[in-house]
Amino acid sequence: MKNSTLREIRKTIVKMVHKAKVSHVGAAMSVVDILYTLYFDVANINKDNITSPDRDIIILSKGHSSAALYSVLYHKGLLSKEYIENYSIDGGSLPCHIDKEKSPFFEVSSGSLGHGPSLGTGFALAKKMDKNSGRVFVICGDGECNEGSVWEALMFASTHKLDNFVFIIDYNKFQGFGATNEVIDQTNIAQRVQSFGFDTLVIDGNDLNELKTALTHKSDKPVAIIADTTKGKGVSFMENKLEWHYKSPNDEQLEIALAELEEKY
Amino acid sequence: MRKTFINTLIDLARKDKDIVLITPDMGFSVLEPFFEEFPERSINCGIAEQNAISLAAGLALAGKKPYVYTIIPFLVERAFEQVRLDVAYMNTNVKLIGIGAGFTYGTAGATHHAIEDISLMRTLPNMTVCCPGDNNEAEQIVRQSIENKGPMYIRIGRHNRGIFDNNKIEIGKASIIQEGKDIAVISTSNMLPDAAGYCKKLEAEGRNPYLISMHTVKPIDKTVIEKLVNDGVEIHTLEEHSIIGGLGSAVAEVIAESGKGVKFKRIGIPDTFSHYIGSQKYIKEQFGLYFGEEY
Repeated sequence: MKNSTLREIRKTIVKMVHKAKVSHVGAAMSVVDILYTLYFDVANINKDNITSPDRDIIILSKGHSSAALYSVLYHKGLLSKEYIENYSIDGGSLPCHIDKEKSPFFEVSSGSLGHGPSLGTGFALAKKMDKNSGRVFVICGDGECNEGSVWEALMFASTHKLDNFVFIIDYNKFQGFGATNEVIDQTNIAQRVQSFGFDTLVIDGNDLNELKTALTHKSDKPVAIIADTTKGKGVSFMENKLEWHYKSPNDEQLEIALAELEEKY
Repeated sequence: MRKTFINTLIDLARKDKDIVLITPDMGFSVLEPFFEEFPERSINCGIAEQNAISLAAGLALAGKKPYVYTIIPFLVERAFEQVRLDVAYMNTNVKLIGIGAGFTYGTAGATHHAIEDISLMRTLPNMTVCCPGDNNEAEQIVRQSIENKGPMYIRIGRHNRGIFDNNKIEIGKASIIQEGKDIAVISTSNMLPDAAGYCKKLEAEGRNPYLISMHTVKPIDKTVIEKLVNDGVEIHTLEEHSIIGGLGSAVAEVIAESGKGVKFKRIGIPDTFSHYIGSQKYIKEQFGLYFGEEY
């Protein structure tokens, strides 16, 4: 699966976290294929329609994976190179967790988990009230689903038949202290979400074809996508390693990572 | 005061189609007239306060003007982080309508008492904090809220003791109900009738008190306080709220930074929960906060 854009997006992420010496590269690498598919292939969002009430809305609720969003927006031409170079430095332009004041393409601020689904239902309900088109995509982590507020929002979305609401779980199977299902068992998360009234799809969340099919799936119910992903995807020594929730690559690791990405994508 | 709120909101909603009312399943026998007139703009999101706040923020980001209505401890404290981030930090146009100021729900117990809310809401950047003292103030504040773009908390209380402030008021400006000379009684929220009683008590002692309603605690009206300090007027603050962080603290900060000193006294709830069983009036009496017509 060669894709030069996605290769450059991944390389930018690794370079950003290396330069800024910040955490969460693993989460950025698991979610980036979802964001890439949305911004490059599925969602109706561009420079000209960003204030239109009919645009699609994308909310990255797992705000700690912001480097993935920044890189995707940069390669889409919606964030400047200067912003990327000033990521998370003193006096910089982009923080580790998303601050909506920094760009019109950040629909919400995020960083505290479990807020995105409710914010998304607000956007989706407003679209319904005003008969505006467009869908609302909310991306959460699997660990994030420990937050009760996530489930409050899901109950609301199905009760109000928000068929313009798409709830995506970046199911990368790791959280703060280890394997997600060992901290709080959610092995049947697809059944749980389905039982809350969602049309639920389980896909390979790092596969662009499966992502496109799922993200364009229309239903008379709200849609949930359990995107089975690999934490740290694309860099062999980061894949499925908890430590890359916290570490940033040193100079040598950066070179290895960039070389691997060059070869794989 | 709850009826005043809903009647005023109905009037506003007739002119502004973007007004939306959200309740986490609270407001039985109060909100129904709004539900009946604007069913498509009435949202009972269930007993889920976190969702109520963030949902409102999402609606506001999409251009709606949501009012979230429920009992204060569940609105302010249960969902505080949602208020902090999705309302205050993102500076969304969400109005928070807190019901049951102070010991309004006295018999319900401390779970339902609202005694820390002014302090919490006052500390949030972008948040305007209004605490009307009677129905006249409540109606004017709710009416002005629609023009006051951005986060706002309105603390709604309950008393059947009449109208004490007949002034035309303005958010952010103290209302001087009675001019005085040597002492100023500054009140907020439910304490307005008691402040009037407290003034009568002072008058019986030969004092000449100002009666001032500080219906907006944030931004606090520094000008009025600084004038009192400059004139050497003793100041007493009255609030049905913890002595920590509310009106008394806000006024004390202004006095302390004025560079001058005046005699000053905070009258409020000491640093304790109420374990008293009884009505609002009874609990206020236990804390020395009830000043009726008998004085």
